Amino acid sequence: MLFGLECIENSKFAKKIYKMVTLIVLASVVLLIVVSVQIGRISELTASIRGEEAAEHDSNRFNGSFGMFFLVGFLVFCVGTAYYYKNYMLGYGPLHHASIHGDKIQTLFNWTLFFTGIVFFLTQIALFYYAYKYQAKKGRKVLFIPHDNRLEVIWTVIPAVVMCFLVVGGLWVWNDVMADVKEGEDHLEIEATGYQFAWAIRYPGADNALGTKYFRNIVPGVNDLGIDLNDPKSMDDALVDEIVLPKGKKIRVRITSRDVLHNFYLPHFSVKMDAIPGLPTYFVFTPTMTTEEYRMELKKYPEYTIPADPAEPNGPKKWEVFNYELACAELCGRSHFSMRKIVKIVSPEEYQKWADSQKTYFEQNIKDKVKLGTYTWYKGDLTDAKVEGDKTGVKNIPVEDKQSVKGIEAKATVK
Amino acid sequence: MANLTYQDPEVMIEEIGWEDGFHDHHHGDKYQSSFISTYIFSTDHKMISKQFLITGMFWAIIGASMSIIFRLQLGFPEADLVWLKPILGKWIVVNAESGMGKLDQEFYYALVTMHGTILVFFVLTAGLSGTFSNLLIPLQVGARDMASGFLNMLSYWFFFLSSAVMFYSLFLNTGPFAGGWTAYPPLSALPQASEGSGAGMTLWIVSLTLFVVSVLLGGINYVTTVLNLRTKGMTMWRMPLSIWAFFITAVIGILSFPVLASAFFLLMFDRGLGTSFFLSDIFIGGKALDHVGGSPILYQHLFWFLGHPEVYIIILPAMGIVSEVLSVHARKPVFGYRAMVYSILAIAFLSFIVWAHHMFMSGVNPFISNFFVLFTLIIAVPSAVKVFNWIATLYGGNIRFTSAMLFAIGFVSMFISGGLTGIFLGNSAIDVPLHDTYFIVAHFHIVMGIAAFFGMFAGIYHWFPKMYGRFMNETLGKIHFWGTIIGAYAIFWPMHYLGLAGVPRRYYSFDTFDAFKQFGDTNKFITVAAALVFALQILFVVNFFWSIWRGRKQTTKNPWNANSLEWTTPIEAGHGNWEGKLPVVHRWAYDYGKDGVEFVPQIEPMKEGETAGDH
Repeated sequence: MLFGLECIENSKFAKKIYKMVTLIVLASVVLLIVVSVQIGRISELTASIRGEEAAEHDSNRFNGSFGMFFLVGFLVFCVGTAYYYKNYMLGYGPLHHASIHGDKIQTLFNWTLFFTGIVFFLTQIALFYYAYKYQAKKGRKVLFIPHDNRLEVIWTVIPAVVMCFLVVGGLWVWNDVMADVKEGEDHLEIEATGYQFAWAIRYPGADNALGTKYFRNIVPGVNDLGIDLNDPKSMDDALVDEIVLPKGKKIRVRITSRDVLHNFYLPHFSVKMDAIPGLPTYFVFTPTMTTEEYRMELKKYPEYTIPADPAEPNGPKKWEVFNYELACAELCGRSHFSMRKIVKIVSPEEYQKWADSQKTYFEQNIKDKVKLGTYTWYKGDLTDAKVEGDKTGVKNIPVEDKQSVKGIEAKATVK
Repeated sequence: MANLTYQDPEVMIEEIGWEDGFHDHHHGDKYQSSFISTYIFSTDHKMISKQFLITGMFWAIIGASMSIIFRLQLGFPEADLVWLKPILGKWIVVNAESGMGKLDQEFYYALVTMHGTILVFFVLTAGLSGTFSNLLIPLQVGARDMASGFLNMLSYWFFFLSSAVMFYSLFLNTGPFAGGWTAYPPLSALPQASEGSGAGMTLWIVSLTLFVVSVLLGGINYVTTVLNLRTKGMTMWRMPLSIWAFFITAVIGILSFPVLASAFFLLMFDRGLGTSFFLSDIFIGGKALDHVGGSPILYQHLFWFLGHPEVYIIILPAMGIVSEVLSVHARKPVFGYRAMVYSILAIAFLSFIVWAHHMFMSGVNPFISNFFVLFTLIIAVPSAVKVFNWIATLYGGNIRFTSAMLFAIGFVSMFISGGLTGIFLGNSAIDVPLHDTYFIVAHFHIVMGIAAFFGMFAGIYHWFPKMYGRFMNETLGKIHFWGTIIGAYAIFWPMHYLGLAGVPRRYYSFDTFDAFKQFGDTNKFITVAAALVFALQILFVVNFFWSIWRGRKQTTKNPWNANSLEWTTPIEAGHGNWEGKLPVVHRWAYDYGKDGVEFVPQIEPMKEGETAGDH
């Protein structure tokens, strides 16, 4: 490709080439327009010489036939491209939906594809075929059929019936997918908070419950989420770099935002939900394949046995470096496209090991700092139990920062 | 070509027309005596329609160029864009070391946002409905002009003002608004969140508020004219489908645009007066904001209460034009006229109760979504009826492949392709993986972008003689059509696969994600196709302006042998449209091939014993 010149080291040379290419492109566009205008004028002249009727006849024949040609080309293109992309689309080839509800959605998708596919082919073929067949011919008598009630009833009722089927099926799946966890149901709840431009992930710790948080508690660099440290449930919460989840366990993600709208999007799991400041949302899903299992599946397909980085032919293959990813799917500003986090699905045992090794947020970010008394934002009403043996250190912190006081007094409940 | 199975229309109008006394008054001085009152502050609907069309074309070129620039970024992220620096200035960030120019991230989003805003509002609402409602409503219902020529003029000039403000915002130092054409708060409400949300957003709101005024002034006029100024004999059930479409479009616009304005006002209050309609619990720029208690979702409800009807405001006029063009050039009555009208009415009604299908993944209560799924998928039924009726209109016809006809056929093809993917997206469960991916980009570009453009092109090629007394070049028109339909499918069809692979829309670069970055070739292909299609549209613009002055001259009043009233006016119709009496209507507009007669204009009285065509 002309634009693939990044391999040329000498950028000045490359720049010259770009300039030339631009010039050539512009010149050819201008030429193309001039040529076309000339063609147009010539065709008009010849038409007037040969007689308009003959010209119209030829034009009809050409366009009718070209329509058929286009139709065949278009349908071949549709089928051909679908075949070409078959191992890249989620839900096809190796790209299984890695969640229980993903498969249900896929079934619904396939049914919809089946019905719409039939309609697509029949109507496109009828459209271009009739156009071809009934192209203007001298002396042809047209059929004067203003309407046909029977026919119209048929093609109103059939789509209506198909739609009923799709609506019932769709709502069935939808209410299943969106169902919240039931009271007392075994699940793991984690929290994802979007901010410009990254995700913060909080795990509930040993008590399996997330502490409350409040946006006025936020202190950049110290308490980025505004976690309420008066809530005993916050004490064992952990902030993590990678999302690690156990296979086969129901996961409830509580989704929140700190500034603008974001969207918690896990493509491989069919998980997508807006993150809204001031209005926590959730999505419940159950992962069904570990990262390792997914890689093994990819390994079977040639599309994924090529090097991950084309510049390094001997480097790791695509399947080897595969990871589930978390993305943002709601425009949130200039770096919207870069809110990536890796998601790892592991066996329950491995998960437990990982979870046990995570340091709590309190231990990592707060405890030492409170001891030293460096942070004035911290109102000294942490109970003794929370900062063991450090009563004096805490109590001596002067209460000056109004905002933090307000924040703690507000005792916001997030849930 | 002349087919004189009927009397000369001029004679017929003089003999059995209706004397409304219009020409007894002296209009000349007041209306078209100077350059300014003829071409600038004109109150004549035909001139206003041309003003809308040409302003729309201006915006279409700008909006399309923007798409080419951001497609360059997506297709050729490595390319050096220094050559764009003379146009884009500081938005091309030049690397000091390598000398390579890159599109600024913020400006990429500004381009995407402006592309959407411009195309949806300025081109496909004002440029399409504004042009053809203005041109055709008085001509096809047999009226001297719009109910209020003055309001009609204001409608255009409010649009012009709105355009000027938006155009100015493109040159702001902080750039135009960059938060997506839907302008969701808090991103659109907080200048801290995005550069474009400062002055750019203020001007965006001002511009679109002026635009709402324009749409309302126009819409009230269209509705009033259709209801009150139909000529004698033109009952509602004898109106051409184009008029039905414009009429219903105007009604939808009047009911939904004020809601958009209200959303804008509340957003302005949040931005400037410290209210909290849409904002709550926000920590940004190192500070917790004072706003509490608002809901960003409220804005989305208000926005989409217009936003969804808006897509029908765009597509219904195209449907009306296409119904008319298909029938005229197939030399056959449009199939199922009443079913067509009822489906327009059904679509219009349903368009008001489906708005939340844009918000399935927005955090609205999943239970509420059930109703929106139901109503959304019901729309498939009247839409399917329309498609089947269009195809049945072709069946057994005697089809002339004029450029207008080709675009009308292309419209049906696009509407099928894009409409069917709507059945996927309208089903909320399937929307979970597809929401905000390239699948939806493909869907709406095909069904309301390309399809609406095809309707517009069909209308321009068909009624160009009525506007300028000349024909557009047919050969160029056909090159334009075949190139555009092939190119448009080449651009948007592959996007379905990107969407199914999970690639999200509105991404400046896909390199961050393993799952999204593997489609470099597809993106290159799309960009090249987009550039070619753009070049073809330039060809259309050249053809358009060339033909205004140099096109083949129209020699007969009724070049397409059509039935509707606009073709009974003089070739260069002056103020008041008909020179003498007004035509009187005796039948519907679709008596083509009836009793073996090629076409029977609406002004021709029923013969003895003849039954009306639509029975």
